Amino acid sequence: MIERIVDFFGDERHAIRRRRLFYLVLVLIVVADFLVSREHAEYLWERLPGWSAVYGFGSCVLLIFVSKFLGHQGGLMRREDYYD
Amino acid sequence: MTDFVHPALLFILGAVPIPFLKGTIRRVYLVLIPLLAIFAVLAMPPGSYGAATFIGQGILIAKVDRLSIVFATVFTIMALIGVVYALHLTRAGQHVAAFVYVGSALGVVFAGDYLTLYLFWEGMAFASAYLVFAQGGEKATRAAFRYLMVHVTGGVALLGGILVHGAAAGSLLFGPIEGGPMDGGMGAGAYLILAGFLLNAAVPPLNAWLTDTYPEATVTGAVFMSAFTTKTAVYVLARAFPGTELLVWLGTVMALYGVVYAVLENDSRRLLAYHIVSQVGYMVAGVGIGTEMAVNGATSHAFAHILYKGLLFMGAGAVIHVTGRRKLTELGGLYRTMPLTVALYMVGAFAISAFPFFSGFVTKSMVVAAAGHDHRALVMLALTMASSGTFLHTGLKLPYYMFFGTDRKLEAREPPRNMLVAMGMAAALCIAIGVFPGPLYALLPYPVDFEPYTGAHVTESLGILMFTALGFVIFLRALDPENTISLDTDWFYRKGARGFMWLAEKPLARYEKAVSDVSETAVLPFLHGSARAGLRLDLNGVDGVVNGVARSILTGGGALRRLQTGVVTHYALAMIAGVIAAIVVFAVVWR
Repeated sequence: MIERIVDFFGDERHAIRRRRLFYLVLVLIVVADFLVSREHAEYLWERLPGWSAVYGFGSCVLLIFVSKFLGHQGGLMRREDYYD
Repeated sequence: MTDFVHPALLFILGAVPIPFLKGTIRRVYLVLIPLLAIFAVLAMPPGSYGAATFIGQGILIAKVDRLSIVFATVFTIMALIGVVYALHLTRAGQHVAAFVYVGSALGVVFAGDYLTLYLFWEGMAFASAYLVFAQGGEKATRAAFRYLMVHVTGGVALLGGILVHGAAAGSLLFGPIEGGPMDGGMGAGAYLILAGFLLNAAVPPLNAWLTDTYPEATVTGAVFMSAFTTKTAVYVLARAFPGTELLVWLGTVMALYGVVYAVLENDSRRLLAYHIVSQVGYMVAGVGIGTEMAVNGATSHAFAHILYKGLLFMGAGAVIHVTGRRKLTELGGLYRTMPLTVALYMVGAFAISAFPFFSGFVTKSMVVAAAGHDHRALVMLALTMASSGTFLHTGLKLPYYMFFGTDRKLEAREPPRNMLVAMGMAAALCIAIGVFPGPLYALLPYPVDFEPYTGAHVTESLGILMFTALGFVIFLRALDPENTISLDTDWFYRKGARGFMWLAEKPLARYEKAVSDVSETAVLPFLHGSARAGLRLDLNGVDGVVNGVARSILTGGGALRRLQTGVVTHYALAMIAGVIAAIVVFAVVWR
């Protein structure tokens, strides 16, 4: 059972089904975000349906590129023998 | 005292017989002690134990309250899991070190005064350093020495702070620091204590010891290290510095600092170590916010964190144990041969990422919600962004490049059964806490008024996480690990130590050589020459004069002696000659 689930996420044979499932989940989450009740929302953005999807995607992209920029242009990444 | 068995003693004294036991008996014994400790903690009545006076100061060996019990509970549970994970080790050294380490951490958790706390604090540093030394090899040994140096320095700051604070406050009892930000700033002693605590909590810029050392520790040692040092620091911060504004900002920066570095990391365990920095950031921020909900959040997140981080380190450790490789650029395609490890690792990854029905969801969100209730929108947004980064790295990047991705045809198999069992125990707890948060909430220091499973909260979390996954899928190539290391604040003491050695070897040594050259070529011959001249002067001059005078006195004496004939007529003749001479002189002079 566990092996089959792991295999589903690893094997190339399931790539198309995996992709479809993934997009379906994304759509379902956004749709669900429009349906839930938001009585306790304290901040403006919490009242916007779909905000979390945008913020999650934006955070991810920002983190990848800011970090890589710091690593390459900021000089944080060095050859492995730097301290030797 | 009879109803209270100090669990620190169970572990520290319990470590003594380990080297003398062998085989099955040792394995049973190793599991038995943490089990006893768990029962000791569960049966523990709150109160104060072991009050005494030492060098005129009141000390309190153990103070049991809700905050210490919740940390002790998870410490003893993690000790059991860690021991099971390490059961296959045949040598006793690491077991003994781990027991002393766990015992010391429990000693800190129950310490009622600063002296007791300090004693166990240093015990933790030395016992945990052994877990790195035990790895062997030059890299690990150097890292272990750096670890010791940093922690001993932090310990000195702590001790200095304890003495200054103790002298000012008149008591060494361990509790909330008086004179917090509310009433006009903390004293120098309090700041030194805070610095010592922050070092162990790995708050930047004092964080580099963690990411420098944990990847170098033994596979089993790193599991213990990931659980105890930083979380003990969170405990003492929660005890002494709740509501300190500085901690809110340090914690928020930490949460993002860890995820930024995790993007750059290639070493699997160093990536996980950066996520300790990030996750402890939530706890430090929670302690800094200081409301009941925030302290509850920090405490429960520490509880969940110990279990899922242990699980993640166990998963990465299993891969290292089996393949001998730790760099993401050298791993890949292991899902076929290690499916159970993949599944168990992923439970930890979902827990740290705060997926619904996993432990992080019911604890991390409490800290974020507490920031919201405290009207700290910026902190809330930053912590939410860090959540996205957490899933990006521990949930997607690390497992993708380690278990899936390019198949490098590595020879692999599932790790030894005891490792899988330990991972299973941690995974079961991660899920149990996520599905039934009630028992954990009941343990927390304050009554919990928080409902994690609301529709909006679930969809919001899923939105953040799954759209992070979308970003990962789209920008996968940008995340490819690179064969590099990242500079962190350890640069200052690694390069600084090198600079110091250069100063000692080059300019100082050259100056020393110049001075000794001058003394050898000029000063010494001059001294020798003048000594010789002095000797000559002494022998020929001074001695000559002295000897000459002595000799003439001797001869004069001899001549005088010969005049003393002892014959009366000679004396009479001399007197007559004298009288005649006097008359002659008188007559001549007087005329």
